[in-house]
Order: sequence, then structure tokens, then C-alpha cells
Amino acid sequence: MLRALKLEPERCTGCLQCEMACSFENEQLFNPSKSRIKVFNFHDDGRFAPYTCTQCAEAWCLHSCPVEAIVINARTGAKEVLEDICVGCKVCTIACPFGTVNYNHDTGKVQKCDLCGGQPACAEACPTGAITYVDIDQTGLDRMRAHAQRSLGASA
Amino acid sequence: MKHLIIGAGPSGVIAAETLRKLQPEASVTIVGDEPEPPYSRMALPYLLIGKIGEEGTYLRKDAGHFDGLRIDVRRDRVTGVDTAARKVQLAGGGALPYDRLLIATGSRPVSPPIPGMDLSGIYPCWTLADARHIARGAVPGAKVVLMGAGFIGCIILEALAKRGVDLTVVEMADRMVPRMMDNIAGNLIKKWCEAKGVHVHTSAKVVAIEPGTGGRQFAVRLDSGTVLAADLIISATGVRSNVEFLQGSDIRIDHGILIDRQMRTSNPDVYAAGDVAQGLDFSTGEYSVQAIQPTAADHGQLAARNMAGRREAIHRGSVNMNVLDTLGLISSSFGLWMGAKDGDSAELCDPGRYRYLNLQFEDDVLVGATSLGLTEHVGVLRGLIQTRTRLRGWKERLQEDPTRVMEAYLGSTQAVGFNAGLI
Repeated sequence: MLRALKLEPERCTGCLQCEMACSFENEQLFNPSKSRIKVFNFHDDGRFAPYTCTQCAEAWCLHSCPVEAIVINARTGAKEVLEDICVGCKVCTIACPFGTVNYNHDTGKVQKCDLCGGQPACAEACPTGAITYVDIDQTGLDRMRAHAQRSLGASA
Repeated sequence: MKHLIIGAGPSGVIAAETLRKLQPEASVTIVGDEPEPPYSRMALPYLLIGKIGEEGTYLRKDAGHFDGLRIDVRRDRVTGVDTAARKVQLAGGGALPYDRLLIATGSRPVSPPIPGMDLSGIYPCWTLADARHIARGAVPGAKVVLMGAGFIGCIILEALAKRGVDLTVVEMADRMVPRMMDNIAGNLIKKWCEAKGVHVHTSAKVVAIEPGTGGRQFAVRLDSGTVLAADLIISATGVRSNVEFLQGSDIRIDHGILIDRQMRTSNPDVYAAGDVAQGLDFSTGEYSVQAIQPTAADHGQLAARNMAGRREAIHRGSVNMNVLDTLGLISSSFGLWMGAKDGDSAELCDPGRYRYLNLQFEDDVLVGATSLGLTEHVGVLRGLIQTRTRLRGWKERLQEDPTRVMEAYLGSTQAVGFNAGLI
């Protein structure tokens, strides 16, 4: 059974431990600006929303890559960037309609969530259960994707 | 079923792979006229700076990829199409029959009508062969004149500067990347390039190229009277769809090949995709040649689905968009970045830090955007445009702070606040 990140903004307290964990896991740095998951701050409402790649079926990033540097990990279902192959052209960063592929100035390559190979550090670090790694049919992703599908879907 | 694809660029390759997936028994052939395996022109600048080797430009890295999928990739050039007999003529002799034909012949650089353009040593940067020529001439200290500061000119500009040449750019418009960047952004890019040591002439025309003196190969004469000495000239003054081989056929052509929303040309057995196709633009509702990678990929996949009989695959239109890295200053633009009629906008401009974000709205829907110096989450601009998300109160907040696009997207579409039923 494929698993996916389940993000529940209503449980998020904005502590940013997920960003620290992601940055440390992937970049060996405690630097939230290098994190692939981001907590967005809705300070007018006193709310927070963690957000990262949903590993969407459409895989806009993968299809837009000119050099086949983004591939599907068959075991986790994650769309992964192959750093050796990525040339840093950034086309995927504008193609991803969720804004979850970003360019890393230090490496000259793009980066995105790869589910840490099946053990997402953000979910392990989250103290309030706002980020959990669960069976894919429990994530509510269908609902999130349905929105994207309405207009984006039929163009590919 | 015999599927024949002319053109081995991204559109043709994606179409071939999609056809194979949908029709395991069909015959799928690609005819391309370059000697290398299918490769990406977009990757050429990265070849020039040595970030990758030639094989790093290949669209598919596994040497057995096409054979494994039983996709026959042939090197030849199609010289004509006989739609009545359903076959194409090959330059190498003979003809190939088809049941469904996809034209994905892309585009090629135009050579401006300037005296001296026929001198040897002037190259476009379009093919691997061009890149090899440029790599030989663009050595540290060489004087290089780049004609054209459009998208292609600017991605080469970065590669040339990194090779340590003494670079001068000549652009006819009043700013850099005029078809992708507005006046503010295009001039900030110019200022940035100048600060990095590149000489930039905007609102300038090359009027003649003459043999040089004093050991230089060329003298490039501008309309202002300035004469630039050059060892190497690179021409990036625009591209044009490759449609000449269709002359005399029943396939209708305007700027590119006219296609419908199923990627079909005026002949029912013939489809077109990518830079050669004049397809539906999501934002304008008109048909235009976009000549960008994501559109080529969309077109190729949609064309293949229709060629395989999946008539439900209707093109909803592609959002015109581009991203560019000019010596480390990253810019992007989307959709109606120049604004919509009766629309309004939000803008953040910090020229001292080379940061700029301009959002264009129609009612409370984002329809276009330009960004400069901001790279985080820019894709969401495309998402908001293409989903036509009603921003409601978020529009006002974006007008106060345009950088909050990601929050606007989440707040409008996800289980946050109002959407979670919590407010």
C-alpha cells in the first residue's frame, strides 16, 4: 500500500520543527529556508498550514523536465529529482501548479519532497500530528487533487 | 495502426512514448534530421558551461530506451507530405506510409536580413553542432557579440559570461527579454547584467557585419554608429516554425500549423504539436505558437492520446510561461503578464535588491504574473492562473503584499480557516 503525507492545518501550531527536520535530513543543516516542507502563516486568523508536494498523479514537474531528471520511485510513489541529471533549468519550478518544486541556489539544482525514501523526517518531527504518513486513501488527497483537476486536469 | 512522427524533440518523443503506452501493438516511428539521439535544446547552455556533457542533453538517458519501447527512431529529413496517399517523402530517398501522422518539426532560428550575416563564424545556438562551434570560439577573453536578448539570447548569455568571454549584447527592443518581461523587470535585468560586466545595448540595431581589423574577425556596425570588434558572433534573433515542407499540401498554416483542440490539423489524419503548432493559449483564448517546453510536452501527450482514438482528450489551452536565469538573477512570467483589459494589478518593486513581483488580475482571478529575484513557490502562480481560482478577500491582501501568493492559494483551496469550516 502506498503511503502519503497527510497534512492537517488545524493541528499545526507553527513550531517549524518539520522544516528543521527536513532541512537537516536532506541538507545536513538546520536551515528552514532549505526545507522542502513549508509552514505558511495565516497570522490574521492565528492559523498555520504545513504544505509540500502531494506527489500528484499528474506529475507536472516530471513531464516538463527536458532531461528526464525527475523520476517516480516505484516503492514510495514519490517523484524524485536526480541531482546528477538535473541541469538547473527550473522549468519544473514554473510547471508545478502547487509551487512545491524550488530552486536551490547553492547546488544549482531543483529540490522537492521525496518522502525521505519512505520515512519522512517531517512527520517524525511533528509533535502535534499535523503531519502524518498514512495509507494513501486516508489523506484526503483526492479532495485536494479534485480541486486542481477541475481546471488543470484536461490539459495533460 | 502505423503512427509516424516527424521531429525528435520533446513533443515527438513524449508523443511516441504515450502512443506506445496506449497502443502496445501499434507501429511507432520517429523521423529526426539530426545525427545525435533525441536531445534537448534547452540543455545546450548547460553543456556550454560544462555542467553536463553532450549525453546530459539527451531526452532519454538509457541508450536502449527507444528500442526497448519498440519506437523506431530514424535519421532522415521529410521533404513532403502526400496526405491523399498518406505517406511522407524522405530526403534520403523513398517514402514512409502512415495511418496517423504527427508533425512535431519544431522551429529554427531566423537569420536577420543584415549585410554580412553570410560571413563564416556567425552561429545561432540551436543545435548540438552549433554548441560545438560556440564552445571552440567562446574562450576566455574572446570578444563575443550576441545579437538578440530574447529568452534564447539570455540563456546563452549566462553560459557565455561564465566562459569568461568579453560579451556585448545588442537588442532591438527598449529592454531585455521584451516578450517575457515588462519594462521594469526587463530593465532591471539589463542593469544586473551590466553590473556583472556584460555590455548591453538596448534600442539598438546591427546594421552591418564587416570583416574586422587589428586581428579581430568581425566589425559589427550598430545604427547608432558604434562599431564593435568581435571574434565570435552569436545570432539569437528569434525562431520560426518549420513548415516549409508542407507547401502544396492541404494542411493549413498561419504562423505555425493550425490545430484544433484535439491537436488535429486541417487534415483529419494529421496532427501537430510543439513549436510548430499554433495551439490554444489558455489566457487569450486565441491560437498562437508558444514555443516553450511545457507546452511542447502537453501538446505531445494530448496529440498522442487523440491519435490513439482517445477523443475525450481535449486541449484546455496552455499557459504561456517562462523562467530564466540571467547570471544568477532569476525571472519568470506567466499568462497575461502584460495585463488584462480592464484588469488591475498588485506590485512589489525593490530595484536596489533586484526584486520585483507584479500580479495581474481580472476581477478577483489571477491572470498573469511577472517575478524577478524571487524563486520560492513561483509555480503556484501558474496554478492560480490555470485553476481560475476566485481569490475573494485574498486579492486585497495580495494587493497589500503580493509575495503572499502561496498563502492566497492555500487559503483559497485548502482546509485552512474558512475552508476547514473553522471560521
